[in-house]
Amino acid sequence: MAKEKKGVRLEHISKIYKDPKTKKDFYAVNDVEINIEPGSFVTLLGPSGCGKTTTLRMIAGFESPDAGSIYLGGEKIDELTPNKRDTAMVFQSYALLPHYNIFDNVAYGLKLRKLPKDEIKKKVTDILKLVGLEGMESRMTNQLSGGQQQRVALARALVIEPGVLLFDEPLSNLDAKLRVSMRTEIRRIQQEAGITAVYVTHDQSEAMSISDQIIIMKSGVVAQIGSPEEIYYRPKNEFVADFIGDANFLKGKMVAHEGAEGIVEVNGVKVRVADAAHVKDGADTTIVLRPESTVLADEGYLPCRVILSCFMGAYQNYHVMVGDTRLIVADYNPKGKKIYQAGDQAYIRFEAGNAHVM
Amino acid sequence: MNRRQSASLDRKKFLHDPVMLVTVVILIVALLLFVLYPLVILLMDSVWEEGHITLAIFDRILHLDRFQVAFVNTLRAGVLTALISTLLGLMFAYVDVYVKLRFKILEKLFGVVSLLPVVSPPFVLSLSMICLFGRSGLITRQLLHIYDSNIYGLFGIVVTQTLTFFPVCYLMLRGLLKNIDPSLEEASRDMGGTRWQVFTTVTLPLMLPGLGNAFLVTFIESAADFANPMLIGGDYDTLATTIYLQITGAYDKQGAAAMAVVLLSITILMFVIQKYYLESKTAATLTGKASRERVPITDKSVTVPLTILCALTSVFVVLMYAMVPMGALFKLWGRNYSLTLDHFKYIFSYGGLRAFKDSALLSAIAAPITAIMSMIIAYLVVKRKFKGRGLIELLSMLAMAVPGTVLGVGYIRGFSNGLFHTGFLQGIYGTSAILIIAFVVRSLPTGTRSGISALRQIDKSIEESAYDMGAGSGKVFMSVTLPLIKDSFFSGLVTAFVRSITAISAVILLVTPRWNMVTVQINSLAEKGTYGPACAYATILIVVVYAAVALMNLFIKHFGTSKIRRED
Repeated sequence: MAKEKKGVRLEHISKIYKDPKTKKDFYAVNDVEINIEPGSFVTLLGPSGCGKTTTLRMIAGFESPDAGSIYLGGEKIDELTPNKRDTAMVFQSYALLPHYNIFDNVAYGLKLRKLPKDEIKKKVTDILKLVGLEGMESRMTNQLSGGQQQRVALARALVIEPGVLLFDEPLSNLDAKLRVSMRTEIRRIQQEAGITAVYVTHDQSEAMSISDQIIIMKSGVVAQIGSPEEIYYRPKNEFVADFIGDANFLKGKMVAHEGAEGIVEVNGVKVRVADAAHVKDGADTTIVLRPESTVLADEGYLPCRVILSCFMGAYQNYHVMVGDTRLIVADYNPKGKKIYQAGDQAYIRFEAGNAHVM
Repeated sequence: MNRRQSASLDRKKFLHDPVMLVTVVILIVALLLFVLYPLVILLMDSVWEEGHITLAIFDRILHLDRFQVAFVNTLRAGVLTALISTLLGLMFAYVDVYVKLRFKILEKLFGVVSLLPVVSPPFVLSLSMICLFGRSGLITRQLLHIYDSNIYGLFGIVVTQTLTFFPVCYLMLRGLLKNIDPSLEEASRDMGGTRWQVFTTVTLPLMLPGLGNAFLVTFIESAADFANPMLIGGDYDTLATTIYLQITGAYDKQGAAAMAVVLLSITILMFVIQKYYLESKTAATLTGKASRERVPITDKSVTVPLTILCALTSVFVVLMYAMVPMGALFKLWGRNYSLTLDHFKYIFSYGGLRAFKDSALLSAIAAPITAIMSMIIAYLVVKRKFKGRGLIELLSMLAMAVPGTVLGVGYIRGFSNGLFHTGFLQGIYGTSAILIIAFVVRSLPTGTRSGISALRQIDKSIEESAYDMGAGSGKVFMSVTLPLIKDSFFSGLVTAFVRSITAISAVILLVTPRWNMVTVQINSLAEKGTYGPACAYATILIVVVYAAVALMNLFIKHFGTSKIRRED
């Protein structure tokens, strides 16, 4: 549908803001380098204040970078005002024009481009069908539910066939159920339209379910770029591991390698981990263990003491101590399994392939 | 760290936006020329004599008895008026927000009282004071048989100014009281506080910055007020009237300039304290919205006395306003109370129609200019980021602190011999243009303020979305901003019209025989003691103004934005 899929390149982008309290300058975005492939769905993910929205607003042109340049489809766009950029943004608050009905809202960008009337009508009708709002053209925006308003906002952005579609936390004003169905909807529409999308969110499950690539940001810096699987299974540092899902961290020392696998000594116990080539023998290292890939058993290699045991339905949730380190174990499908109680001694078991060393 | 790159990119984006660029340049030039320059020329005039800097003029003025008296008088009247207005406003606001009123009609009455001063010409209350309590006053002479009543002076000024300005305090304080979270007071009550203790330990301390705010705003209004001291001041001269007399009586333009600088310094000082110190404090103590509805007070010991006090004040205010048409209809006030239309006939046979036409025409030209300009300024200040934004905001707010008399003297000094006395732009002095400009500058701050608060309610991303879809600055303003603040725009339009047609302080100094203004007529008739025709003028003026306001309300009701839900 889009005229031309465009990629976005951010070249060493920085943005400096003044802290309103301390009056000191700080980097809201610090030397960010991102290359977004045409047609892909890329998510900027991070806690609030990490610079993700600022980055998005710099692509749209609302903010100007203090260093670096932005390219859209190979063209440098630093000096273009937002209305001259081939981007369309879906705002967190929907930002529908309250004095227009649905049709006029969606047609707004087309009218600005001075398209003939019948062409506008056709395009608007088509796009409303795509987002599932056919027949609602004459409704006013305040007659719509939050989810419907979001669809209008999406239609309005899609209809002008922008080179890149920008999303600024578009689902955060919706309730939890609707959020889940809307995100699959957004993904479907993006793929059908074949359009490049840059998406900002602080919700990690949203980012995981929707993206081709996730860019994790922290304090204005890119912490890791990768596919959802890479980010989840091979986090580069504790921040990423902790931000995406729950994570346990075990400090230890790499003592030997066997092929691609490594042997890490934790609390005097030797533990086998996969893909350890990047950590040298003798180096201090941290093992990342996801709670759902660990279970408790009467025998294994990592002895622990149970301090909390709690039935969650889908799984039995344990908090256990390995030496001074508290770990979380999520033992799925607990029916019929042995349930440990607080105070019990047990062993943690996991597959070497589920242990990732950083 | 340096932010040079973003600054230069922002500048480039700004330069690529011709509509925005031209608008900003025009605005800055206009504000510099008609707000800042007249004040600068006053300051220059009062320290510049025969080619060198001198303090001789100030020295002369400061030793002038007339000036010293006027200075003290202004402060005294200002403090008294501001104090009483604030207290009265607080009482009304408290009753409105906290007390359960037994009669619906009282709420209506309060509404009327808060609206009346907005729609009435500034000197109406002075006229009716004279009609009620003057030497041949209805109450003093007819009712009480006092034949030597003297209301001219401080007492008259304070009463008329208080009744004129306290509704503003009422509206300001009501907004603040509504923002107090009722659970704070309930907590205090729960811990054993009496109503009075709750009021003195919770409500009042929270309101303190707001009260200071109301006090200073009223003080500025009082010090700047020209009409009331002129009519009812008698020989109690304030700075505003003294400046006028210094120009029209003593032909001492430099002395008047120096006095104007003094008056301006007082009002600007108050304005700065109010704007930059108290307003931020108010915001800090009263943040956000009340979490729940407040349970109104029903204790008889509280409601009865407060309701009676407010009702009496309201009735008195309404009575005062009712005096004006009566004064116009009675044959000879104090002597012959038979009804007649003679006064109306009189004014229309002596150029009354022309006065109304001139006033209405010039105000009708000034109003749309003011309304559109203030909305543009509000839009730029709230929604856009650019160099010069601070300057535009400062200058448009500065006009609020400039008394009309000071502006009038500034225009005389600034334009009668052209810019900086060079003869350039001399043409506009003495024309209708300078009157229209004075009208615009006088009404701009109120319009801008209402536009700013309307725009702050609107999510910034609505305009950004239009901008992002490809609309340029002009298009965004016309297709999104203006429709969203229609209400504010229309009320700004009417307010500007009303303020212009009832304006006197700056106008009386700038008007020429070619233009005949209603307010100037009323002033000169009242000065001569011919109150009948003055009241006839004022009556028609009130009707015209009221019609404009009613028309606006009707318009907003039918075409307003009430159908539209704002994101809250």
